[in-house]
Amino acid sequence: MSSVKDWAAPTPISENRSGLIGKGVNRYEGRLKVTGTAPFAYEVEAPSPPAYGVLIPASIARGVVTSADVSQAKSAPGVLLVWSPDTVPAQGERGARINPRSQRGSNPALAARVEHFGQHVGFVVADTLENAKAAAALVRFTYDSVPADLIFEDCLDKAEDPEGEEDVRIGDFEAAYAKAPVRLDASYVSPLQNHAQMEPCATTAWWDGDQVTVHTSIQMVKGGQHTLAETLMIPSTQVRLLTRYIGGGFGGKGQSYDDLTLAALAARELGQPVKVAYTRQQMFQATIHRPAVQMRVRLGAQADGRLDAFALEAVTHCRREAPFTEHAANFARSLYAAPNRLTGHRLVKLDIPAAGAMRAPGEASGMLSLECAMDELAEQLGLDPIELRLRNEPETDPETGKPFSTRQLVRCMTEGAQRFGWDRRNPKPGQVRDGRWLVGLGMAAAIRGNFLLPAKAGVRIDADGTLTLRQGMTDIGTGTYTILAQITAETLGVPLSQVKVELGDSDFPPAPGSGGQFGAATAGSAAFAAGMNLRRALAELATGDPNSPLYGDDPELVTFGGGNIAVDNRAEPLDVLVARAAPEGVYVEGSITPAADARDYSQHTYGAHFAEVGVDPDTGEVRLRRMFGVFAAGRILNAKTAMSQITGGMIWGVGTALHEYNAVDPRYGSFIAQDLAGYHVPAHADIANLSAMFLDEVDDKANPMGIKGVGELGIAGAGAAIANAVYNACGARIRDYPLTPEKVLAALP
Amino acid sequence: MKPFTYARPSTVADALAMVAEVPGARFLAGGTNLVDLMKLQIEQPTHLVDVSRLPLGQVEETAEGGLRLGATTTNSQVAADARVRVRYPALAQAILAGASGQLRNKATTAGNLLQRTRCAYFYDTTKPCNKREPGAGCAAIGGIYANTAIFGASQACIATHPSDMAVALSALDAQVEVTGQNGQARAVALDDLHRLPGETPQIETSLQPGELITAVVLPPPPLGGQIYRKVRERASYAFAIGAVAVAGGKVALGAVAHKPWRAKAAEQALAKGANPAEAMAAEMTGARSDGHNDFKVKLMGRLGAACLTSTAGAGSDQ
Repeated sequence: MSSVKDWAAPTPISENRSGLIGKGVNRYEGRLKVTGTAPFAYEVEAPSPPAYGVLIPASIARGVVTSADVSQAKSAPGVLLVWSPDTVPAQGERGARINPRSQRGSNPALAARVEHFGQHVGFVVADTLENAKAAAALVRFTYDSVPADLIFEDCLDKAEDPEGEEDVRIGDFEAAYAKAPVRLDASYVSPLQNHAQMEPCATTAWWDGDQVTVHTSIQMVKGGQHTLAETLMIPSTQVRLLTRYIGGGFGGKGQSYDDLTLAALAARELGQPVKVAYTRQQMFQATIHRPAVQMRVRLGAQADGRLDAFALEAVTHCRREAPFTEHAANFARSLYAAPNRLTGHRLVKLDIPAAGAMRAPGEASGMLSLECAMDELAEQLGLDPIELRLRNEPETDPETGKPFSTRQLVRCMTEGAQRFGWDRRNPKPGQVRDGRWLVGLGMAAAIRGNFLLPAKAGVRIDADGTLTLRQGMTDIGTGTYTILAQITAETLGVPLSQVKVELGDSDFPPAPGSGGQFGAATAGSAAFAAGMNLRRALAELATGDPNSPLYGDDPELVTFGGGNIAVDNRAEPLDVLVARAAPEGVYVEGSITPAADARDYSQHTYGAHFAEVGVDPDTGEVRLRRMFGVFAAGRILNAKTAMSQITGGMIWGVGTALHEYNAVDPRYGSFIAQDLAGYHVPAHADIANLSAMFLDEVDDKANPMGIKGVGELGIAGAGAAIANAVYNACGARIRDYPLTPEKVLAALP
Repeated sequence: MKPFTYARPSTVADALAMVAEVPGARFLAGGTNLVDLMKLQIEQPTHLVDVSRLPLGQVEETAEGGLRLGATTTNSQVAADARVRVRYPALAQAILAGASGQLRNKATTAGNLLQRTRCAYFYDTTKPCNKREPGAGCAAIGGIYANTAIFGASQACIATHPSDMAVALSALDAQVEVTGQNGQARAVALDDLHRLPGETPQIETSLQPGELITAVVLPPPPLGGQIYRKVRERASYAFAIGAVAVAGGKVALGAVAHKPWRAKAAEQALAKGANPAEAMAAEMTGARSDGHNDFKVKLMGRLGAACLTSTAGAGSDQ
């Protein structure tokens, strides 16, 4: 196994001779996407005319399907197949072949046991989508219902310890808290949120003999392949899964859904390609969501602001039979110093759709509490909120004592304060007006873990000099194609135009996919390793080829640049070398594994958010006026896509603070918002002036390239900065997100 | 979406004849609401008569000194019309507060008036709704959707009308021109176009079957200030959770009833010399909230008073 020490040596990435690393190059697939020619899973052309499947949801929250009357649907125009729980083909048990780190198994499709409103219990395939929809409306189900637990707030007394988890205690929190001269005890609630990806879950499937090919929208290629193979009870080698373009994942497509299962089963049954897509309503009702979190924060401080006692206790929820813990308190374990600490989670099991990972799981909801509590404590102490954080800045990880790999939180806050104009903040709320608007400023810190997982990549060079990187990785809209092209081009010293990237195919060397902001580091490090292996292979090829000007040179001295391979002033173009010495091309693979000593360091990404809001005192409406973030997240691979990721996270944080929520109807178990007119996220008019910057940083403990993830950091803490600004504007401290006009108005005099 | 047939007449007479020919036929204009509802099978017309090419796309002066907005003028067109902007600023503000630029480019004046409620239970076809299925019941009553009526609701329906434009037209005392199957035109006061739900919430307007709106007529602009203010959960495309239009001494409220709600109690109080807060308090005594929508009572009182205060001087104000 490697050591992080191996990663400190100079590399083509750190040398960055052609300057591609960090450059804000345009998206590799951008033209395809903006011209509408990138084939997403549902648009992929099948080898023969496809049939269309439509899913039918259950209309009870908990119970069993006792009968399904499909007679009318079966005789409806164009109908090819109707399945209900008693007629759906047998499906294998799932889970054994799934990497537990990145995947969870889903239930069999069309199970008779109903575990939430909207679970699919019927499926119709017809010659057209319209005929399938019309027939689906004709299927009649009867149920035996049983009482269901549906409302989180009403079931808090049923909260239990998550299986295998215990509270983390350092020192003696209770004693220290009791003695602390300044105390804060406040509870914050963040609501259930839906992923609401632009592209719904969708699959196009067809069979060729005993081989099935599926194009689907999923963040993890291998997980989807293995799940489907288990379901179909065939070897994984008989499943080829492709996911080339994905219209948003955010964690919601970390697993497969019924579209994949039923498209494959129906295509086998009918001997014809089948397409299945979720409706917008099904995306809300039959995928996972971010669960609500109720967080109790207790802070005990000395009069100078130093924290003695620090507790975050989260209560959250999951589906009764699908355990998942939103680890909303975990981030706090590495954020602020305090000798006496308590963090833990409780879980309420509900009969609603499954909770699961959503962009920055844990941080996104968890930081909404502590980062407001720090604002409240600062006011109690008469300290500036930044000063309070500076006084609690730890030297080493406050829980484990491990050294930080890099930590620039202080600089994020101080640099941000200066650039944002934080000194203009009046610490007394409700003092600043602009026309009818009350204006306030707020800030919050950001922290999000950084991860590296095992991955492989393959790269080939052809006789025309084209480099093709292949990886079973996904690009969920984050820029993966683009950064892999940059890494490959810089590693081999060729222009970007000479590099092709092919992703999202289970036939390619595997990568864990997109999630947990580990994608760029993980897939990128494997691509870099493959590139380095190709350099060695080409160096051996040239120095061993009597027709090369490099013949006889030491392969260790070979350099790459400008499309050439060279030693000193002797050089030849790569395409000339390959065309002559290896006309069939050269293909190598590379891999990355986490360093054996990586866990000796506390490794995170950091940031600071600054927000200015206006509050309308007549109506309670809150509007963002400007927002600025400063982030430290290792070496930045692409200035443009990284900025899109980080500001996209901040924008989501604005929505978390002001707009986004869903609620369960206690009579039915269904969500009240089921489309994008009812489920509000920020759009253009809500984001007038929002920007961010990255601090210079290289984290040589993170991976061979010194990069870190940026996909999730931007949302961490962002909403708290908004809530703090709302308090500063109008004096209303609202601990129940989102801060809708209704809640703000209720808190206004 | 269910299969349907489609026709595109070029005269009003042809349009009226075509819609009468086929049971279940509907007029189609911009399609920004009807087509969405067809996709969800909430609307299931068998035949669409596309009126978007009828010669009803002009904004014209009337002899009385008002404006006549043709039925198929687009929302964008009306909001951008210089005469509308100068003489009826509350209308321009209301239109621009609604929907998105793309939708306003397609949505028409008549279609805007006839859009259907955004009640979450109307859209959720797994729930009972007396609008979708008369007699089925109302899931919104006792439900958790908060954007419901506080004026004029019934035991059958507590939905609100979602239009911004119609609220301003109500305060401006607009008239709606309608042509019926007999070819005769008639005028309906905007306030009489939409109905309260009563026992028949599926019947949303006073239009007779097969009648076509051909224009909306604005009387000469009233003396005094005009304003339209909309409260919404975000700045981008979102339906109002409360809105107020003031034009002269006339006040209309949005997102509070099954129709644009003309605040007659407030108007009467103002006429008797009440100040804005007192006038709105008089109006809000008639409000009935159900727990989920309690906030609307406080909201509308404050917003109405703020709008009346800001228009208390002459001229318009935003």
